[in-house]
Amino acid sequence: MNTDHSVTENLPSRASQFKPNLWNRYTQDRIFAILSWGATALAIAILIWLLATILIDGLSTLNWNFIDSFASRKPERAGIKAALAGTLWVMGVVAAVSFPIGVGAGIYLQEFAEDNWFTRLVEINISNLAGVPSIIYGLLGLAAFARILEPITGGRTILTGGLTLVLLIMPVIIVATREALRAVPDSIRAAGFALGATQWQVIWHHVLPTAMPGILTGMILALSRAIGETAPLIAIGAATFIAFTPEGLQSSFTALPIQIYDWVGRPQREFHDLAASGIIVLMAVLLLMNAGAIYLRNRFQKSR
Amino acid sequence: MTQLSDVAVSSQIAFQAEQLSVFYGSVPAVKDVFLEIPKNQIVAFIGPSGCGKSTVLRCFNRMNDLIPSARVEGRITFNGEDIHGKSVDPVELRRRVGMVFQRPNPFTKSIYQNIAFGARINGYQGDMDELVERSLRGAALWDEVKDKLKASGLSLSGGQQQRLCIARAIAIEPEVILMDEPCSALDPISTLRVEELMQELKRKYTIVIVTHNMQQASRTSDYTAFFNARETEQGGKMGYLVEYDRTEVIFQQPAQQSTQEYVSGRFG
Repeated sequence: MNTDHSVTENLPSRASQFKPNLWNRYTQDRIFAILSWGATALAIAILIWLLATILIDGLSTLNWNFIDSFASRKPERAGIKAALAGTLWVMGVVAAVSFPIGVGAGIYLQEFAEDNWFTRLVEINISNLAGVPSIIYGLLGLAAFARILEPITGGRTILTGGLTLVLLIMPVIIVATREALRAVPDSIRAAGFALGATQWQVIWHHVLPTAMPGILTGMILALSRAIGETAPLIAIGAATFIAFTPEGLQSSFTALPIQIYDWVGRPQREFHDLAASGIIVLMAVLLLMNAGAIYLRNRFQKSR
Repeated sequence: MTQLSDVAVSSQIAFQAEQLSVFYGSVPAVKDVFLEIPKNQIVAFIGPSGCGKSTVLRCFNRMNDLIPSARVEGRITFNGEDIHGKSVDPVELRRRVGMVFQRPNPFTKSIYQNIAFGARINGYQGDMDELVERSLRGAALWDEVKDKLKASGLSLSGGQQQRLCIARAIAIEPEVILMDEPCSALDPISTLRVEELMQELKRKYTIVIVTHNMQQASRTSDYTAFFNARETEQGGKMGYLVEYDRTEVIFQQPAQQSTQEYVSGRFG
């Protein structure tokens, strides 16, 4: 009783030490909401402005003729067929090679590798590689794929271009894969092992399917970066004037960013409009690719 | 008063631990445990947090192998065979010694696939539908899920998920089921169902259960081991086995003062 009494006696004096200051706290809320809205609005406004200029410049020259024609010195006859086909071929190589190698390396580093100095060295290097300028990868591709491995790649070909871009996006895929695997709860692994599963069975049946949406998100980001890269392809010496579509991995090629770069650099105003049309095509391809990857990701999420 | 030696006929002993110690790095987590787990009985491990009871439990199916820094010393035999010996493979051992975890951890797959996975990877040749039904019936879950076997295991309630995990464990026909605080994340009604289930399972399996719930230990188990922890010189905690006897002895006439204090709720 005695203690109860003293507690109640103390209450008013202690309560007066709290200053809720609600008005200030709600104001902070509002300020932060306005700031983050502003940041979003600014980003979207810039994007809309960019899209609008491109569409205004490019829509007039964007027609089936443009997509179905090869490059030409006359702007009214020039088209993007070779570049579009080249980009699709190169991206096919990039996706087919980078997915298994990047995801495989990510699985090894996250699930199998012991934590020792060698693994840590590899990790640091991968993080550093993600920040290397893309032109450097182009020079590496030129030396390694176009020259040393010429018997296999055939020189400045689709295969060389694709493999160079694979090098470029590999760190992104490895890091994204590891993040996705790390997010899989250990209880899932424990459950698998406790049933007498081997490490590979646990990874293949439970860890990978759970991590797949995250891995595919990383893949989307990586491919989006690869499709727009110009510098490494110029460095390996992709052609800018090609009047045929690639027939195989060892065809020489051009790609959308290179074609756009070439047109932008010409003095005639008409070519600048063609460049805008090319950018629209590039964005359409990018959107289609992302849509495909998002569809796959949602399917994995639903099957859980 | 029944002594352990009553059942100490080797054919009736599932596990025998001799001078078992587990280290994480160079720090001992639990030291010098001598213990016998009789077959077809429920053995409860009780004790305050950090006394190493879960660590000891994880030795029986070599789950500690998966923690790189963990090191197990001493000898554990399973049906008379050294489980760290060359003839025992950890993957095969874990099929024979199932485990149910503290938090329900069904796979992110359908109820059916949750059960079928263990059987499939262990090369089960029989009728899978029949096995799934039998396992779910064995875990007293069949009637609740028989119409939605394709639904995700995660769509079930916590108590149902834990029974799914038990069904998954018994689907691969283990000899022992290790339970690491299986009811700590469940409400009282789900807990009661799991406890009833344990009494059913006891006829076929040996059960070792770690629990923080003294009533649960006294209600369900035949034998109880009381673990305690003492401070080490490095400032950490080291667990040790204080007393192991029939459950009624541990709860009514324990030999050690600290056991008496713990089971009567005076500490821990």
